[in-house]
Amino acid sequence: MSLLELKDISKIYGELKALDNVSIHVDKGEWVAIMGPSGSGKSTMMNIIGCMDKPSKGQVFLDGVDISKESSRKLTEIRRDKIGLIFQQFHMVNYLTAVENIMVSQYYHSLPDEEEALEALGRVGLRDRAKHLPSQLSGGEQQRVCVARALINHPELILADEPTGNLDEANENIVLDLFRQLHREGTTLIVVTHDPEVAEAAQRTIVLEHGRVAREIINENFQE
Amino acid sequence: MDFRKLPIRNLVRRPGRTATLVLLVLLLSFTMFGGALTLLSIRGGTKSLEGRLGADVIVVPSEMASKVNLDNVLLMGTTGSYYMKADILDQIRAVEGVEKASAQLFMASLRASCCSVAVQVIGFDPEEDFTVQPWITRSFKRGLGDMEVLVGSRVSTEVGGNIRIYEKDCRVAGRLESTGTQMDTAVYATIDTVRTLIKAAEDLGHDLKLPGDPSELVSAVYVKVSDGASADNAAGYINGHIRRTEAIRTKNMLTDVSDSMAGVSFVMTILIAAVWLLVFFLILIAFLMILRERKKEFASLRVLGASSGMLSSMVFRETAIISFTGGLAGIALACLIVFPFSALIEKMLDLPFLRPAAGTIAGLAVGTLVMCMITGIIASAWSAYKLGHVDVSMILREE
Repeated sequence: MSLLELKDISKIYGELKALDNVSIHVDKGEWVAIMGPSGSGKSTMMNIIGCMDKPSKGQVFLDGVDISKESSRKLTEIRRDKIGLIFQQFHMVNYLTAVENIMVSQYYHSLPDEEEALEALGRVGLRDRAKHLPSQLSGGEQQRVCVARALINHPELILADEPTGNLDEANENIVLDLFRQLHREGTTLIVVTHDPEVAEAAQRTIVLEHGRVAREIINENFQE
Repeated sequence: MDFRKLPIRNLVRRPGRTATLVLLVLLLSFTMFGGALTLLSIRGGTKSLEGRLGADVIVVPSEMASKVNLDNVLLMGTTGSYYMKADILDQIRAVEGVEKASAQLFMASLRASCCSVAVQVIGFDPEEDFTVQPWITRSFKRGLGDMEVLVGSRVSTEVGGNIRIYEKDCRVAGRLESTGTQMDTAVYATIDTVRTLIKAAEDLGHDLKLPGDPSELVSAVYVKVSDGASADNAAGYINGHIRRTEAIRTKNMLTDVSDSMAGVSFVMTILIAAVWLLVFFLILIAFLMILRERKKEFASLRVLGASSGMLSSMVFRETAIISFTGGLAGIALACLIVFPFSALIEKMLDLPFLRPAAGTIAGLAVGTLVMCMITGIIASAWSAYKLGHVDVSMILREE
């Protein structure tokens, strides 16, 4: 059953077509990687799927609902309720501690619950770092806090933009293991990456080139 | 953690910036509240003066008119010890157009063992007086007896007690409401009581340079002309026909006071406007700098589900906290300076200074706070809007 469907999506900036008639679908519980060189339209697609931008043409169906024409306010609500975002640059609020960074996500979604936030931190192995500020955490630890923050409101879709781009190999493996765990629990994952190793961890890879879907690769060696 | 307190948390983490913004609002609030309070006090003092000064013409000995500033003597209540013959009163009453005329007799007590307090004593005729009597009647309902005095609002003595003037005990029968002039530092008695005190001073060997027996002397005569009569003509006639006197039109003096007040009002208004503009632009610039600095933080909060309205409101709450704190501090500072030093301000401005009623001051304080908050909110509105509507995808991609 499809969770996300992009139908003939184009995003045009003046003369430039960042996305050109792209159509993809992602099933519920599926783990999909989106790959491509710089300028291929990966980030544009991520912004549209993450409800941070709207397509110039085409339709975006999330959970069967066309969100391509929704207002900015409505898109914020959809993002808050259905999507967990993870960024390469982490984007933590620098004056809040690790646990508060997770709780702020709860606050905008429903109600902050410190115990639940601490549990989420425990899940990424950072319960003992709960009271640390982002500046007191390593890059890998910050990214794990961001994974916990993305999970806290039980989103239907985790959307990660180059989640391992700033991490060393050890931390990259920790994050990928977390993704595997989430996938096993039924979470839908879309990971935008230029790293073939990260893409190989997914069930399916969509390769973008010049704003178009160049090919799709099914990972025959996918391991749960 | 209470996330509604995020604005406070953010303000606390940047104490230097927050303190600077609070100080700017404090400057605005201090200038607005202090300036408006000073203006209202001057206006109140002048109004009180106009209300009390029912006389159209004041007649004083001609030799004192050349010695001292008559405006101060007659309007601000800076009386002195000067005398003229009491029969001048009858001559003035006989002048055409004069409806009422009433005499007053002044003397000063000393800062010496004979006197418990150094004050100006003003004697008036309760039957005839129309200048101080209406003011006195508001605070003191019964007639003033022999050797009884009423004290001005700033004379520090207990009602019901005695004050000693030239070895004579005078009972303090009441305290008068404030006028904002030096009349608040004077003591009021019947003209007969003052004559007794003058005699007592002479008996103690003080030379008051009296031109005659105290019972035949007065210091000033206050004149009211009949409806339709010309005060200028009456004053001119007195000056031309009654020797050794100087008749002064009070309207001219009040016009001078009004002119001075208008000058002070103008300067104060310009000052308030200049400070408002300065503070407005400084807050505007400060928030534009904050806008650059906090784009990523707000973009992150947008990603986490904060709506643009929530983020704009967060900026406005920060501004409101800064404006309220600075506004309140400015009002408190103005109160600390204007109230204890009102006598000094009065002296410097040379204008009557009467503190407004508590309700008016409270209203002024609330108005100042509201103005400070509106100023802060308007100055930060553009930044609040931009921060609330950050292009999340663009900002989060920036390195």
